[in-house]
Amino acid sequence: MSASVHIHGVEFAYPDGKKALNGVDLEIGPGERVAVLGPNGAGKTTLALHLNGILEPSGGSITVGGLPVVETNYAEIRRMVGLVFQDPNDQLFMPSVREDVGFGPANLGISGEELAKRVDTALDIVGGGEFADRPPHHLSGGEKRRAALATVLSMTPDVLVFDEPSSGLDPAGRRDLIETLAGLPMTQLIITHDLPLALELCDRSVIMNQGRVVADDATRGLLRNDDLLAANSLELPYGFDHV
Amino acid sequence: MGAGHTHALYVHEHSAVHRMAPPAKLVAALGMVVSIAVTPREAVWAFGIYAFAIGVIAVFSRIRLRFIAVRLLAVAPFVLFALFIPFIATGETIEVIGIDVSVAGLWGAWNVLIKAVLGASVSILLTATTEIADIIRGLGVLRVPAIFISIATFMIRYLELVSDELSRMRIAMTARGYDPKWISQTRPIASSAGALFVRSYERGERIHSAMVSRGFTGEMPALQHRIIAPSEWMAVLVVIVGFAGTASTALVLT
Repeated sequence: MSASVHIHGVEFAYPDGKKALNGVDLEIGPGERVAVLGPNGAGKTTLALHLNGILEPSGGSITVGGLPVVETNYAEIRRMVGLVFQDPNDQLFMPSVREDVGFGPANLGISGEELAKRVDTALDIVGGGEFADRPPHHLSGGEKRRAALATVLSMTPDVLVFDEPSSGLDPAGRRDLIETLAGLPMTQLIITHDLPLALELCDRSVIMNQGRVVADDATRGLLRNDDLLAANSLELPYGFDHV
Repeated sequence: MGAGHTHALYVHEHSAVHRMAPPAKLVAALGMVVSIAVTPREAVWAFGIYAFAIGVIAVFSRIRLRFIAVRLLAVAPFVLFALFIPFIATGETIEVIGIDVSVAGLWGAWNVLIKAVLGASVSILLTATTEIADIIRGLGVLRVPAIFISIATFMIRYLELVSDELSRMRIAMTARGYDPKWISQTRPIASSAGALFVRSYERGERIHSAMVSRGFTGEMPALQHRIIAPSEWMAVLVVIVGFAGTASTALVLT
């Protein structure tokens, strides 16, 4: 249900030569929820794409639940690690939500009754029963986000990685999302600029900057360190000076 | 947002034709169009039967004939071309309201006109009674190669996003006072088309990452479909036998 993630000295450069990761070290225990904070271009999304082998590091290593993230393990790694992308439109590409939620398990070779059961269970968790048979472009922003989460939950992942899960959501949609995430037992890595969300959901946060982890501590402690926040282009919302 | 475009063809109703399994409707439509296409142009009575049958199906589908007529404007360019044939074609002529026109040309014009109108009416009925996603699923059931199904699925899914993006870009240009009146002022339109292409390409890459993340290895899973009842195939059979029978009789008689 939940697995540990070990990231050791991971380096990566894009084909244009831009170095995105400069030796990232990060240990996450099973069932832990960790926020990844940092300015734009810090390498947060690039790191997320390494956790299931979409991008391969040029140096260092990653293991998930003890399994190295290498090509021979990709099939199992992609079952174990559920990536929820920033734009749900990138994640919902099938004609209906139900088919989209079934896409992952179908790729795992599941079909028939078992597939239908997986899809229903995943949709239940996000409360998506009412939009299951609608095409994705008829969904609201919040519904799209929930549907996108369901598409990875149907693969029964052990680790969930979210890229900016609350961006573009209205306050009610954001509240629903926070409650859903709080109720999930999997290990979670939440990339976000939403500091109150990080504080509410994650006891621990890391700050990334220029392709490195520059701070790794209790979220509350990090958010109290004004100098650290300022040095990493982070700022608490107005009125949140005393966390 | 963006509920238009691909759904403009569909008419929400609760008729027996709407409920019918999409693959069955696709087979019936194909049978009807092929029959219409092979019918000799001289068999005017046969086209009368087709038109009547299509009208009956439209009534059963609760699709108003006016809706079909408006949609038929899509074939207008072909029909306009057909209207020139009697004046251009050579051979034996006949006088119609004081003008000499070619007899073969008249038959040619009639041939294009009636087949275009009837064939298009069949597709209009199909798309008015079947959601576009169901048509694609139906093609999958009918064993159309998976690659075509995937291309169509993605095209329909993302066409709306791309057109939304285009309209946002247009609004952004208008908001900054862009109001082209001369051809020399159209440069921003061309460059926005380029930007749209790059954005779509990047989106394609992100979608691919999202697919690979969920274990995609190159083969799309089959889309859902329900079992087609024997009574539905019977209905298809009746339609096809009716149309193909009319076409065969017409072929034999002329």
